[in-house]
Amino acid sequence: MIFDPNVILKHLPEIISGTGVTLALWLAGMALGILIGFLVATLRRYGGRLIDLPLGLAVEVLRGTPFLIQIFLVYYGGPFIGISLDPIPCGLLGLSIYAAAYYSEIFRAGYASVPHGHVEAGECLGLTQFQIIRRILLPEMALIVLPPSVNLAVILLKESAVLSIITVPELTTTVSAIGSQEYAFLEAIFLLAIIYWVIVECAARLGRLAETRLSTFRFAAS
Amino acid sequence: MTLPAISVRSLVKRFGTSTVLQEIDLDVPEGKVSCLIGPSGSGKSTLLRCLAFLEEASEGMITVNGEALGFFENSKGERERLPAAQIRAVRSQIGMVFQQFNLWPHMTALGNVSEALKTVHKVPKAEAEERAMVQLTKVGLANRAGHYPSQLSGGQQQRVAIARALALSPKIMLFDEPTSALDPELTGEVLNVMRELAAEGMTMVVVSHEIGFAATVGHQISFLDQGRLLFTGPPSEIFAKPRHPRLEQFLDTYLDRGASMLA
Repeated sequence: MIFDPNVILKHLPEIISGTGVTLALWLAGMALGILIGFLVATLRRYGGRLIDLPLGLAVEVLRGTPFLIQIFLVYYGGPFIGISLDPIPCGLLGLSIYAAAYYSEIFRAGYASVPHGHVEAGECLGLTQFQIIRRILLPEMALIVLPPSVNLAVILLKESAVLSIITVPELTTTVSAIGSQEYAFLEAIFLLAIIYWVIVECAARLGRLAETRLSTFRFAAS
Repeated sequence: MTLPAISVRSLVKRFGTSTVLQEIDLDVPEGKVSCLIGPSGSGKSTLLRCLAFLEEASEGMITVNGEALGFFENSKGERERLPAAQIRAVRSQIGMVFQQFNLWPHMTALGNVSEALKTVHKVPKAEAEERAMVQLTKVGLANRAGHYPSQLSGGQQQRVAIARALALSPKIMLFDEPTSALDPELTGEVLNVMRELAAEGMTMVVVSHEIGFAATVGHQISFLDQGRLLFTGPPSEIFAKPRHPRLEQFLDTYLDRGASMLA
Protein backbone atom coordinates (compact mmCIF):
# COMPACT_ATOMS: atom_id res chain seq x y z
CA MET A 1 0.00 0.00 0.00
CA ILE A 2 1.44 3.33 -1.01
CA PHE A 3 0.32 6.78 0.06
CA ASP A 4 -1.43 8.37 -2.93
CA PRO A 5 -2.23 12.09 -2.59
CA ASN A 6 -4.02 12.09 -5.96
CA VAL A 7 -7.04 10.50 -4.30
CA ILE A 8 -7.42 13.64 -2.23
CA LEU A 9 -7.10 15.99 -5.19
CA LYS A 10 -9.60 14.02 -7.19
CA HIS A 11 -12.27 14.39 -4.51
CA LEU A 12 -11.41 17.92 -3.48
CA PRO A 13 -14.91 19.40 -4.15
CA GLU A 14 -16.59 16.80 -1.91
CA ILE A 15 -13.99 17.29 0.79
CA ILE A 16 -14.52 21.04 0.73
CA SER A 17 -18.27 20.57 0.93
CA GLY A 18 -17.90 18.15 3.85
CA THR A 19 -15.61 20.60 5.63
CA GLY A 20 -18.20 23.30 5.05
CA VAL A 21 -20.96 21.22 6.63
CA THR A 22 -18.75 20.43 9.62
CA LEU A 23 -17.78 24.07 10.08
CA ALA A 24 -21.37 25.28 9.74
CA LEU A 25 -22.77 22.69 12.18
CA TRP A 26 -19.94 23.31 14.61
CA LEU A 27 -20.33 27.11 14.61
CA ALA A 28 -24.13 27.03 14.70
CA GLY A 29 -24.16 24.34 17.39
CA MET A 30 -21.68 26.34 19.42
CA ALA A 31 -23.66 29.59 19.04
CA LEU A 32 -26.92 27.90 20.05
CA GLY A 33 -25.13 26.03 22.82
CA ILE A 34 -23.71 29.26 24.24
CA LEU A 35 -27.10 30.95 24.03
CA ILE A 36 -29.04 28.09 25.64
CA GLY A 37 -26.24 27.41 28.10
CA PHE A 38 -26.22 31.03 29.25
CA LEU A 39 -30.00 30.99 29.56
CA VAL A 40 -29.90 27.77 31.60
CA ALA A 41 -27.19 29.11 33.93
CA THR A 42 -29.10 32.36 34.40
CA LEU A 43 -32.42 30.60 35.08
CA ARG A 44 -30.70 28.30 37.56
CA ARG A 45 -29.19 31.30 39.35
CA TYR A 46 -32.29 33.47 39.57
CA GLY A 47 -35.21 31.07 39.14
CA GLY A 48 -35.31 29.43 42.55
CA ARG A 49 -35.13 25.76 43.47
CA LEU A 50 -38.11 24.69 41.37
CA ILE A 51 -36.26 25.68 38.22
CA ASP A 52 -32.74 24.92 39.40
CA LEU A 53 -33.38 21.27 40.30
CA PRO A 54 -34.88 19.97 37.00
CA LEU A 55 -32.41 21.96 34.92
CA GLY A 56 -29.55 20.70 37.05
CA LEU A 57 -30.74 17.13 36.56
CA ALA A 58 -30.97 17.61 32.78
CA VAL A 59 -27.44 19.01 32.68
CA GLU A 60 -26.12 16.08 34.71
CA VAL A 61 -27.79 13.52 32.41
CA LEU A 62 -26.44 15.24 29.29
CA ARG A 63 -22.94 15.44 30.73
CA GLY A 64 -23.09 11.90 32.06
CA THR A 65 -24.00 10.09 28.84
CA PRO A 66 -21.96 9.69 25.64
CA PHE A 67 -22.80 12.04 22.77
CA LEU A 68 -22.99 9.02 20.48
CA ILE A 69 -25.89 7.60 22.49
CA GLN A 70 -27.65 10.96 22.75
CA ILE A 71 -27.56 11.48 19.01
CA PHE A 72 -28.76 7.91 18.40
CA LEU A 73 -31.67 8.49 20.75
CA VAL A 74 -32.72 11.73 19.05
CA TYR A 75 -32.38 10.36 15.52
CA TYR A 76 -33.76 6.85 15.90
CA GLY A 77 -35.86 7.39 19.04
CA GLY A 78 -37.34 10.74 17.96
CA PRO A 79 -39.85 9.24 15.48
CA PHE A 80 -41.42 7.23 18.34
CA ILE A 81 -42.50 10.46 20.02
CA GLY A 82 -43.37 12.14 16.74
CA ILE A 83 -40.12 13.96 16.12
CA SER A 84 -38.70 12.94 12.74
CA LEU A 85 -35.77 15.08 11.78
CA ASP A 86 -33.49 15.02 8.78
CA PRO A 87 -29.87 14.25 9.59
CA ILE A 88 -28.62 17.86 9.46
CA PRO A 89 -31.28 19.48 11.69
CA CYS A 90 -31.10 16.48 13.99
CA GLY A 91 -27.33 16.82 14.17
CA LEU A 92 -27.59 20.53 14.89
CA LEU A 93 -30.19 19.95 17.61
CA GLY A 94 -28.11 17.21 19.23
CA LEU A 95 -24.90 19.21 19.09
CA SER A 96 -26.56 22.37 20.47
CA ILE A 97 -28.12 20.61 23.44
CA TYR A 98 -24.94 18.71 24.20
CA ALA A 99 -22.97 21.98 24.00
CA ALA A 100 -25.56 23.85 26.08
CA ALA A 101 -25.15 21.41 28.98
CA TYR A 102 -21.43 22.10 29.16
CA TYR A 103 -21.67 25.82 28.45
CA SER A 104 -24.25 26.21 31.21
CA GLU A 105 -21.69 24.84 33.67
CA ILE A 106 -19.06 27.25 32.36
CA PHE A 107 -21.42 30.20 32.83
CA ARG A 108 -22.44 28.93 36.26
CA ALA A 109 -18.79 29.03 37.28
CA GLY A 110 -18.53 32.44 35.62
CA TYR A 111 -21.40 33.80 37.70
CA ALA A 112 -19.86 32.35 40.82
CA SER A 113 -16.49 33.95 40.03
CA VAL A 114 -17.81 37.51 40.35
CA PRO A 115 -17.57 38.72 43.97
CA HIS A 116 -21.05 39.19 45.41
CA GLY A 117 -20.08 42.67 46.58
CA HIS A 118 -19.83 43.84 42.96
CA VAL A 119 -23.48 42.87 42.52
CA GLU A 120 -24.44 44.53 45.81
CA ALA A 121 -22.73 47.74 44.70
CA GLY A 122 -24.92 47.70 41.60
CA GLU A 123 -28.07 47.04 43.64
CA CYS A 124 -27.28 49.93 45.96
CA LEU A 125 -26.92 52.25 42.97
CA GLY A 126 -30.32 51.24 41.66
CA LEU A 127 -29.34 48.95 38.78
CA THR A 128 -31.97 46.33 37.93
CA GLN A 129 -31.02 42.64 37.91
CA PHE A 130 -30.95 42.71 34.12
CA GLN A 131 -28.64 45.75 34.08
CA ILE A 132 -26.41 44.05 36.64
CA ILE A 133 -26.11 40.97 34.41
CA ARG A 134 -25.42 43.01 31.29
CA ARG A 135 -23.13 45.71 32.69
CA ILE A 136 -21.35 43.93 35.55
CA LEU A 137 -21.63 40.14 35.60
CA LEU A 138 -21.12 39.38 31.89
CA PRO A 139 -18.09 41.64 31.33
CA GLU A 140 -16.52 40.55 34.61
CA MET A 141 -16.91 36.84 33.92
CA ALA A 142 -15.71 37.15 30.31
CA LEU A 143 -12.07 36.51 31.12
CA ILE A 144 -12.98 33.60 33.40
CA VAL A 145 -15.26 31.82 30.91
CA LEU A 146 -13.14 32.37 27.81
CA PRO A 147 -10.45 29.66 28.24
CA PRO A 148 -12.89 26.82 29.12
CA SER A 149 -15.18 28.01 26.30
CA VAL A 150 -12.42 27.72 23.71
CA ASN A 151 -11.51 24.35 25.15
CA LEU A 152 -15.12 23.22 24.84
CA ALA A 153 -15.30 24.55 21.28
CA VAL A 154 -12.37 22.30 20.38
CA ILE A 155 -14.04 19.29 21.99
CA LEU A 156 -17.29 20.05 20.15
CA LEU A 157 -15.55 20.14 16.79
CA LYS A 158 -14.13 16.70 17.39
CA GLU A 159 -17.43 15.37 18.77
CA SER A 160 -19.14 16.58 15.60
CA ALA A 161 -17.46 13.64 13.83
CA VAL A 162 -19.95 11.46 15.70
CA LEU A 163 -22.69 12.94 13.49
CA SER A 164 -21.42 10.70 10.69
CA ILE A 165 -23.26 7.90 12.48
CA ILE A 166 -26.61 9.45 11.53
CA THR A 167 -25.42 10.10 7.95
CA VAL A 168 -24.93 13.85 8.24
CA PRO A 169 -22.85 14.68 5.13
CA GLU A 170 -20.07 16.24 7.16
CA LEU A 171 -16.31 15.86 6.98
CA THR A 172 -15.92 12.43 8.56
CA THR A 173 -18.81 10.94 6.56
CA THR A 174 -17.49 12.37 3.29
CA VAL A 175 -13.86 11.44 3.73
CA SER A 176 -14.62 7.94 5.05
CA ALA A 177 -16.80 7.34 2.00
CA ILE A 178 -13.98 8.43 -0.28
CA GLY A 179 -11.68 6.07 1.59
CA SER A 180 -13.96 3.09 1.03
CA GLN A 181 -14.75 4.04 -2.51
CA GLU A 182 -11.12 4.44 -3.58
CA TYR A 183 -9.81 1.79 -1.25
CA ALA A 184 -7.54 4.48 0.23
CA PHE A 185 -8.21 4.29 3.97
CA LEU A 186 -4.84 5.56 5.14
CA GLU A 187 -5.01 8.70 2.99
CA ALA A 188 -8.55 9.39 4.14
CA ILE A 189 -7.87 9.00 7.85
CA PHE A 190 -4.66 11.00 7.59
CA LEU A 191 -6.44 13.83 5.77
CA LEU A 192 -9.27 13.83 8.31
CA ALA A 193 -6.83 14.23 11.18
CA ILE A 194 -5.04 17.07 9.42
CA ILE A 195 -8.20 19.05 8.64
CA TYR A 196 -9.58 18.72 12.18
CA TRP A 197 -6.24 19.67 13.62
CA VAL A 198 -5.92 22.78 11.42
CA ILE A 199 -9.39 24.00 12.46
CA VAL A 200 -8.64 23.31 16.14
CA GLU A 201 -5.35 25.16 15.90
CA CYS A 202 -7.07 28.20 14.32
CA ALA A 203 -9.76 28.19 17.02
CA ALA A 204 -7.17 27.93 19.80
CA ARG A 205 -5.14 30.81 18.37
CA LEU A 206 -8.24 32.97 18.06
CA GLY A 207 -9.09 32.15 21.65
CA ARG A 208 -5.64 33.15 22.88
CA LEU A 209 -5.85 36.39 20.93
CA ALA A 210 -9.20 37.21 22.52
CA GLU A 211 -7.79 36.39 25.94
CA THR A 212 -4.90 38.80 25.47
CA ARG A 213 -7.28 41.51 24.34
CA LEU A 214 -9.55 40.99 27.33
CA SER A 215 -6.69 40.96 29.81
CA THR A 216 -5.96 44.62 29.13
CA PHE A 217 -7.95 45.31 32.23
CA ARG A 218 -6.70 43.09 34.98
CA PHE A 219 -8.81 42.20 37.92
CA ALA A 220 -8.19 44.10 41.11
CA ALA A 221 -7.07 42.06 44.07
CA SER A 222 -9.99 42.65 46.36
CA MET B 1 -35.46 68.75 65.84
CA THR B 2 -36.78 67.62 62.50
CA LEU B 3 -37.73 64.13 61.43
CA PRO B 4 -34.87 61.66 61.72
CA ALA B 5 -33.23 60.73 58.39
CA ILE B 6 -33.53 57.06 59.25
CA SER B 7 -35.65 55.58 61.95
CA VAL B 8 -35.41 51.94 63.01
CA ARG B 9 -38.11 50.37 65.15
CA SER B 10 -37.99 46.94 66.83
CA LEU B 11 -35.75 45.55 64.13
CA VAL B 12 -34.94 41.85 64.40
CA LYS B 13 -32.65 40.00 62.02
CA ARG B 14 -32.32 36.25 62.02
CA PHE B 15 -30.09 34.05 59.89
CA GLY B 16 -31.70 30.63 60.10
CA THR B 17 -32.08 29.93 63.78
CA SER B 18 -29.54 32.44 65.08
CA THR B 19 -30.74 35.93 65.92
CA VAL B 20 -28.05 38.45 65.02
CA LEU B 21 -30.02 41.62 65.81
CA GLN B 22 -32.52 41.86 68.63
CA GLU B 23 -35.14 44.58 68.95
CA ILE B 24 -33.05 47.44 67.59
CA ASP B 25 -34.45 50.96 67.96
CA LEU B 26 -32.35 53.71 66.43
CA ASP B 27 -32.85 57.21 65.09
CA VAL B 28 -30.28 58.61 62.70
CA PRO B 29 -30.41 62.41 62.93
CA GLU B 30 -30.33 64.37 59.70
CA GLY B 31 -27.10 66.15 58.79
CA LYS B 32 -25.17 64.36 61.51
CA VAL B 33 -22.60 61.58 61.69
CA SER B 34 -23.84 58.49 63.49
CA CYS B 35 -21.28 55.83 64.33
CA LEU B 36 -21.95 52.20 65.12
CA ILE B 37 -19.23 50.63 67.21
CA GLY B 38 -18.86 47.29 68.90
CA PRO B 39 -16.84 44.08 68.84
CA SER B 40 -16.74 41.76 65.84
CA GLY B 41 -19.94 39.78 65.50
CA SER B 42 -21.94 42.35 67.45
CA GLY B 43 -24.22 42.88 64.45
CA LYS B 44 -23.21 46.42 63.51
CA SER B 45 -22.43 45.57 59.89
CA THR B 46 -25.66 43.57 59.60
CA LEU B 47 -27.59 46.55 60.95
CA LEU B 48 -25.97 48.82 58.37
CA ARG B 49 -26.72 46.30 55.60
CA CYS B 50 -30.36 46.31 56.72
CA LEU B 51 -30.37 50.10 56.32
CA ALA B 52 -29.05 49.65 52.76
CA PHE B 53 -31.65 46.91 52.21
CA LEU B 54 -28.88 44.47 51.32
CA GLU B 55 -30.31 42.36 54.14
CA GLU B 56 -34.02 42.18 54.75
CA ALA B 57 -34.99 42.59 58.36
CA SER B 58 -36.92 39.63 59.79
CA GLU B 59 -39.15 41.89 61.89
CA GLY B 60 -39.58 45.58 62.54
CA MET B 61 -39.67 48.69 60.40
CA ILE B 62 -37.18 51.05 58.87
CA THR B 63 -38.24 54.43 57.54
CA VAL B 64 -36.06 56.74 55.45
CA ASN B 65 -37.13 60.40 55.63
CA GLY B 66 -40.56 59.20 56.65
CA GLU B 67 -40.92 56.62 53.87
CA ALA B 68 -40.99 52.90 54.64
CA LEU B 69 -37.98 50.94 53.40
CA GLY B 70 -38.84 47.51 52.02
CA PHE B 71 -41.74 46.70 54.31
CA PHE B 72 -44.72 48.58 55.66
CA GLU B 73 -47.50 47.86 58.10
CA ASN B 74 -50.85 47.50 56.35
CA SER B 75 -54.23 48.46 57.78
CA LYS B 76 -54.50 45.09 59.54
CA GLY B 77 -51.19 45.69 61.24
CA GLU B 78 -49.42 43.05 59.15
CA ARG B 79 -45.95 43.49 57.73
CA GLU B 80 -46.08 43.66 53.95
CA ARG B 81 -43.41 43.96 51.28
CA LEU B 82 -43.41 47.05 49.08
CA PRO B 83 -43.26 46.78 45.27
CA ALA B 84 -39.75 46.62 43.79
CA ALA B 85 -39.94 50.03 42.10
CA GLN B 86 -40.90 51.69 45.36
CA ILE B 87 -38.10 49.92 47.20
CA ARG B 88 -35.65 51.20 44.58
CA ALA B 89 -37.00 54.74 44.94
CA VAL B 90 -36.41 54.78 48.70
CA ARG B 91 -33.03 53.09 48.34
CA SER B 92 -31.97 55.76 45.85
CA GLN B 93 -31.76 58.22 48.73
CA ILE B 94 -29.03 56.09 50.26
CA GLY B 95 -25.40 55.73 49.17
CA MET B 96 -23.33 52.78 50.36
CA VAL B 97 -19.57 52.39 50.78
CA PHE B 98 -18.19 48.90 51.36
CA GLN B 99 -15.23 47.55 53.27
CA GLN B 100 -13.96 45.85 50.09
CA PHE B 101 -14.66 48.92 47.87
CA ASN B 102 -16.47 46.70 45.33
CA LEU B 103 -15.41 48.75 42.34
CA TRP B 104 -16.12 47.11 39.00
CA PRO B 105 -12.71 46.02 37.69
CA HIS B 106 -13.60 46.28 34.00
CA MET B 107 -14.44 49.98 34.22
CA THR B 108 -12.15 52.94 34.78
CA ALA B 109 -12.60 55.20 37.80
CA LEU B 110 -14.67 57.50 35.61
CA GLY B 111 -16.68 54.55 34.27
CA ASN B 112 -17.41 53.34 37.80
CA VAL B 113 -18.63 56.74 38.93
CA SER B 114 -20.70 57.52 35.83
CA GLU B 115 -22.20 54.03 35.33
CA ALA B 116 -25.38 54.40 37.39
CA LEU B 117 -26.01 57.89 36.02
CA LYS B 118 -25.95 56.43 32.51
CA THR B 119 -27.77 53.11 32.98
CA VAL B 120 -30.17 53.94 35.80
CA HIS B 121 -30.84 57.64 35.33
CA LYS B 122 -30.38 57.71 31.54
CA VAL B 123 -28.14 60.78 31.73
CA PRO B 124 -26.35 61.28 28.39
CA LYS B 125 -22.77 59.99 28.41
CA ALA B 126 -21.05 63.38 28.19
CA GLU B 127 -23.10 64.90 30.98
CA ALA B 128 -22.77 61.78 33.15
CA GLU B 129 -18.99 61.87 32.80
CA GLU B 130 -18.93 65.57 33.55
CA ARG B 131 -20.87 64.98 36.74
CA ALA B 132 -18.64 62.02 37.58
CA MET B 133 -15.56 64.22 37.17
CA VAL B 134 -16.99 66.69 39.70
CA GLN B 135 -17.16 63.88 42.26
CA LEU B 136 -13.73 62.52 41.40
CA THR B 137 -12.32 66.03 41.81
CA LYS B 138 -14.04 66.26 45.17
CA VAL B 139 -12.27 63.14 46.43
CA GLY B 140 -9.01 64.40 44.92
CA LEU B 141 -8.74 61.88 42.09
CA ALA B 142 -9.46 63.92 38.97
CA ASN B 143 -6.04 62.89 37.62
CA ARG B 144 -6.87 59.20 38.05
CA ALA B 145 -10.15 59.21 36.10
CA GLY B 146 -8.82 56.96 33.33
CA HIS B 147 -7.24 54.41 35.66
CA TYR B 148 -8.68 50.95 36.24
CA PRO B 149 -9.22 49.88 39.87
CA SER B 150 -6.26 47.50 39.65
CA GLN B 151 -4.04 50.50 38.91
CA LEU B 152 -5.13 52.36 42.04
CA SER B 153 -4.07 52.01 45.68
CA GLY B 154 -6.62 50.78 48.21
CA GLY B 155 -7.16 54.29 49.53
CA GLN B 156 -7.71 55.64 46.03
CA GLN B 157 -10.11 52.80 45.25
CA GLN B 158 -12.15 53.58 48.33
CA ARG B 159 -12.26 57.27 47.41
CA VAL B 160 -13.52 56.32 43.93
CA ALA B 161 -16.16 54.17 45.62
CA ILE B 162 -17.22 57.17 47.72
CA ALA B 163 -17.38 59.33 44.57
CA ARG B 164 -19.46 56.63 42.89
CA ALA B 165 -22.03 56.73 45.70
CA LEU B 166 -22.01 60.56 45.81
CA ALA B 167 -22.61 60.84 42.06
CA LEU B 168 -26.26 59.95 42.56
CA SER B 169 -26.69 62.77 45.12
CA PRO B 170 -27.87 60.57 48.00
CA LYS B 171 -29.33 62.17 51.10
CA ILE B 172 -27.71 59.61 53.37
CA MET B 173 -24.33 57.87 53.13
CA LEU B 174 -23.64 54.52 54.76
CA PHE B 175 -20.08 53.38 55.40
CA ASP B 176 -19.37 49.74 56.26
CA GLU B 177 -15.92 49.63 57.82
CA PRO B 178 -14.55 51.80 55.02
CA THR B 179 -10.94 51.71 56.22
CA SER B 180 -10.66 48.15 57.56
CA ALA B 181 -9.08 46.84 54.36
CA LEU B 182 -6.50 49.65 54.28
CA ASP B 183 -3.12 50.05 55.91
CA PRO B 184 -2.82 52.95 58.39
CA GLU B 185 -1.15 55.25 55.89
CA LEU B 186 -4.02 54.95 53.40
CA THR B 187 -6.67 55.09 56.10
CA GLY B 188 -6.01 58.80 56.60
CA GLU B 189 -6.89 59.88 53.07
CA VAL B 190 -10.25 58.09 53.23
CA LEU B 191 -11.06 59.49 56.66
CA ASN B 192 -10.22 62.97 55.39
CA VAL B 193 -12.76 62.66 52.59
CA MET B 194 -15.31 61.47 55.13
CA ARG B 195 -14.51 64.40 57.43
CA GLU B 196 -15.11 66.83 54.56
CA LEU B 197 -18.43 65.17 53.80
CA ALA B 198 -19.42 65.44 57.45
CA ALA B 199 -18.47 69.12 57.47
CA GLU B 200 -20.78 69.69 54.50
CA GLY B 201 -23.65 68.38 56.56
CA MET B 202 -24.10 64.98 54.91
CA THR B 203 -26.12 62.52 56.97
CA MET B 204 -23.76 59.63 57.59
CA VAL B 205 -23.93 56.26 59.30
CA VAL B 206 -20.48 54.81 59.85
CA VAL B 207 -19.58 51.34 61.04
CA SER B 208 -15.96 51.60 62.01
CA HIS B 209 -13.20 50.34 64.21
CA GLU B 210 -11.69 53.82 64.03
CA ILE B 211 -12.68 54.83 67.53
CA GLY B 212 -10.68 58.04 67.13
CA PHE B 213 -12.77 59.01 64.11
CA ALA B 214 -15.98 58.14 65.91
CA ALA B 215 -14.99 60.20 68.92
CA THR B 216 -13.88 63.27 66.97
CA VAL B 217 -16.25 63.35 63.97
CA GLY B 218 -19.26 61.41 65.26
CA HIS B 219 -22.24 63.28 66.68
CA GLN B 220 -23.95 60.16 67.89
CA ILE B 221 -22.35 56.90 68.96
CA SER B 222 -24.21 53.61 69.23
CA PHE B 223 -22.60 50.67 70.96
CA LEU B 224 -23.69 47.20 69.93
CA ASP B 225 -22.87 43.95 71.64
CA GLN B 226 -24.15 40.48 70.81
CA GLY B 227 -26.93 41.77 68.60
CA ARG B 228 -28.25 44.28 71.08
CA LEU B 229 -27.92 48.03 70.93
CA LEU B 230 -26.66 48.72 74.44
CA PHE B 231 -26.79 52.51 74.28
CA THR B 232 -26.76 55.52 72.02
CA GLY B 233 -25.59 59.03 72.78
CA PRO B 234 -23.20 61.85 71.93
CA PRO B 235 -19.50 60.96 72.23
CA SER B 236 -19.07 63.23 75.24
CA GLU B 237 -21.58 61.10 77.11
CA ILE B 238 -20.60 57.70 75.77
CA PHE B 239 -16.89 58.08 76.39
CA ALA B 240 -17.24 60.00 79.67
CA LYS B 241 -16.36 58.13 82.82
CA PRO B 242 -17.68 56.12 84.46
CA ARG B 243 -18.47 54.01 81.45
CA HIS B 244 -20.61 50.96 80.98
CA PRO B 245 -18.40 47.97 81.94
CA ARG B 246 -18.87 46.29 78.54
CA LEU B 247 -17.78 49.46 76.71
CA GLU B 248 -14.86 49.90 79.09
CA GLN B 249 -13.75 46.36 78.28
CA PHE B 250 -14.17 47.03 74.55
CA LEU B 251 -12.22 50.30 74.66
CA ASP B 252 -9.39 48.65 76.60
CA THR B 253 -8.53 46.71 73.49
CA TYR B 254 -8.03 50.02 71.65
CA LEU B 255 -5.67 51.61 74.15
CA ASP B 256 -2.62 50.60 72.21
CA ARG B 257 -4.24 51.35 68.89
CA GLY B 258 -4.38 55.12 68.73
CA ALA B 259 -7.35 55.79 70.92
CA SER B 260 -5.30 56.37 74.03
CA MET B 261 -6.68 59.87 74.41
CA LEU B 262 -9.91 58.32 75.56
CA ALA B 263 -8.30 56.44 78.40
